[in-house]
Amino acid sequence: MKSLDFQQDFFRLFEISPRFAIDSAALDQRYRDLQSQVHPDKFSHLSESEQRLSMQWSTRINEGYQTLRSPLARGRYLLSLQGVDTQEETNTAMPLDFLMQQMEWREALQDAIAAKDMDALDVLSDNNRKETAMLQQQLGAQLDESHDHLAAAGSVRKLRFLEKLAEEISSAYDELDS
Amino acid sequence: MALLQISEPGLSAAPHQHRLAVGIDLGTTNSLVATVRNGISVVLNDEQGSALLPSVVRYSEDGSVQVGITAQAQQSVDPQNTIVSVKRFMGRGLKDVGEVIDLPYRFVDSPGMVQLRTVAGVKSPVEISAEILSVLRNRAERSLGGELVGAVITVPAYFDDAQRQATKDAAKLAGLNVLRLLNEPTAAAIAYGLDNASEGVYAVYDLGGGTFDVSILRLSKGVFEVLATNGDSALGGDDFDQRIYCWILEKAGLSQLDAKDTRLLLTHSRAAKEQLTDHVQTQITAVLSDGALVDVSLTRDDFYAMTQNLLSRTLQPTRKALRDAKLSVDEVKGVVMVGGSTRMPQVQRAVAELFKQTPLTNLDPDKVVALGAAIQANVLAGNRSADDWLLLDVIPLSLGIETMGGLSEKVIPRNSTIPSARAQEFTTFKDGQTAMSIHVVQGERELVSDCRSLAKFELRGIPAMVAGSARIRVTFQVDADGLLSVTAREMNSGVESSVTVKPSYGLSEGEITRMLQDGNQHARDDMQARALRELQTEAAQLLEAVENALQLDGEALLDAESQLRIRNSMEAVRGVVSGSDNSAIKRAVESLNQATVIFAQARMDRSVSTALKGHNLSELEG
Repeated sequence: MKSLDFQQDFFRLFEISPRFAIDSAALDQRYRDLQSQVHPDKFSHLSESEQRLSMQWSTRINEGYQTLRSPLARGRYLLSLQGVDTQEETNTAMPLDFLMQQMEWREALQDAIAAKDMDALDVLSDNNRKETAMLQQQLGAQLDESHDHLAAAGSVRKLRFLEKLAEEISSAYDELDS
Repeated sequence: MALLQISEPGLSAAPHQHRLAVGIDLGTTNSLVATVRNGISVVLNDEQGSALLPSVVRYSEDGSVQVGITAQAQQSVDPQNTIVSVKRFMGRGLKDVGEVIDLPYRFVDSPGMVQLRTVAGVKSPVEISAEILSVLRNRAERSLGGELVGAVITVPAYFDDAQRQATKDAAKLAGLNVLRLLNEPTAAAIAYGLDNASEGVYAVYDLGGGTFDVSILRLSKGVFEVLATNGDSALGGDDFDQRIYCWILEKAGLSQLDAKDTRLLLTHSRAAKEQLTDHVQTQITAVLSDGALVDVSLTRDDFYAMTQNLLSRTLQPTRKALRDAKLSVDEVKGVVMVGGSTRMPQVQRAVAELFKQTPLTNLDPDKVVALGAAIQANVLAGNRSADDWLLLDVIPLSLGIETMGGLSEKVIPRNSTIPSARAQEFTTFKDGQTAMSIHVVQGERELVSDCRSLAKFELRGIPAMVAGSARIRVTFQVDADGLLSVTAREMNSGVESSVTVKPSYGLSEGEITRMLQDGNQHARDDMQARALRELQTEAAQLLEAVENALQLDGEALLDAESQLRIRNSMEAVRGVVSGSDNSAIKRAVESLNQATVIFAQARMDRSVSTALKGHNLSELEG
């Protein structure tokens, strides 16, 4: 029997075609099926080597699931499979209107925290979610239809901005709740 | 073909042999042990018929140790040598327990974990907890009539790495083979979920004697997936007692009580709290050691008012867990109440208000964790379970590494499903730098000084290079117990260093061995003999596991030569297993483990392929 390639890409591991648009119910199902087979709980009474392998596989499957489930991580991963570096740390050239909007939102966030204004946070969070959904759609078209990798990398960079903002909004909620 | 006889490749095909395994709830106030008997999870009682073992340990001058009710009865008489709520000190330094410092103990500030001075010497919380676990182990072995294969020990979900490690050490010290550390709310969810065959999102609100946890889980087709967890590992029923205690002091104009009076009033405070569950008012009457009479009346309303902020401290993490799970309260189908402290009416009311529904209390909140742990232990021991279910848990707190400027760079974020691994690359900041010190921390705060320090280790022998050109890959691996190990590797040269994270105050293997052998503390089994028995049991289990695997998959997955090699290694183990040479058994077991590596790989590959084909092999068999 041929040995499975532990390093094979996540789309193959989950037997999902390597596209941005995925069937998330199918992904969830595969994830559960795979974990049901390899999870350490199924091997705790077996030999050490089986336990070790089980932990490695289970870890790998968790990593794959996290990567494919998140639209941003999935987009980034698809690009990396094409050899495209999204340059999220190094490439700071962003369209001016996008940067302006980001600055506005960040100011709004600071104001909301200062004023302890939960409703303002809700509005901001909602706006950020909508913008994220719009960019995800755009990223999908760039990856699956026009195959414009450079534009897609740009969208990934924008989405990373929005994700950071979402994290900050989330800690702002924690702060106002304490 | 033999290959097709199983439905679940991981499970042993020896249903006739029931392995004795238990679930242990090592609680702040009470501890319990449960097991699965004839397919049903039951709590095991002591000879007097009680299930709850008070988590109280008393040390006497003659070296004898009392655990449970008898120790509890002495807590006001001999407060300094009678340790209650030791769980609060597990994996904690003196500065961490500062808030409860007016407890009647003689704390010893030792590196990392605080210790307690007793008449029988200085004791670490790990040793004290091991006394409780030993009693439960003996209870189980007597009740089940045999030696345990292993135990699942529950821990608060919000326990950090140090507290988990301390718990595991305590179990080892008590001679228990730890099958898994299981999060308490998750254990409760298993007991509830399997009982009610539920589907949907559930919240578990677990307020124990000394810890608070909240977990949000999705139950779907036999999969228990923890979405988020939060809590406070230093908040519980004890704090409610403490509030009453302080109120009594104020009301009666007392100050500076001695250890006996402190314990006396704390005991009365707890009784008053429990009274107020069913009554709107209670009288607290006690005679202090100087003959002074304390006689005060406490109303439920006053009690609610003085504990209001404790309650808030549970609701805030609950809302946070919901936000982390990206869910609103409307999406929560049920709320499970766990822990004796959830009997307080104000707790039930507050939880009901937050979730807009009446919480579920149909399983005994004191027992539900042990019952769930027993179900998990049964499966992990390799006993076939009728229900085919899977548990996916998370780590409660982010794991990170210290970077320049004392900041924590998160490597594995909180609520990551375990087992989990993540690698991050770092570089040198000085020309010619040949060593790098790696500081592993746990917590959500940005400053390292606000997080818990888990371990420090050094990667040495980095070839001298220009600053910034070394590529040091640090890999964090969290196992299914939620315990971390860290590896650092310089990618250009391949220089490597690794640690299993043992907090500086965790006990080393050597210390545990020493304690195990330190049999004069009080009568224990002959540890040498016990160690041999454990090795023999382990070897026998391995032989059985490999034999089963060979019968099922040997022909299909291995050529004749490989099968022979494994058979020879098995013979070698059989040759020494009944002897008394520990190291010979160890060597033979190790070489059998080595011989089965490729076989294990092939079986795992087949498991993965099976999952992908979307059907189990048993279905092919028809």
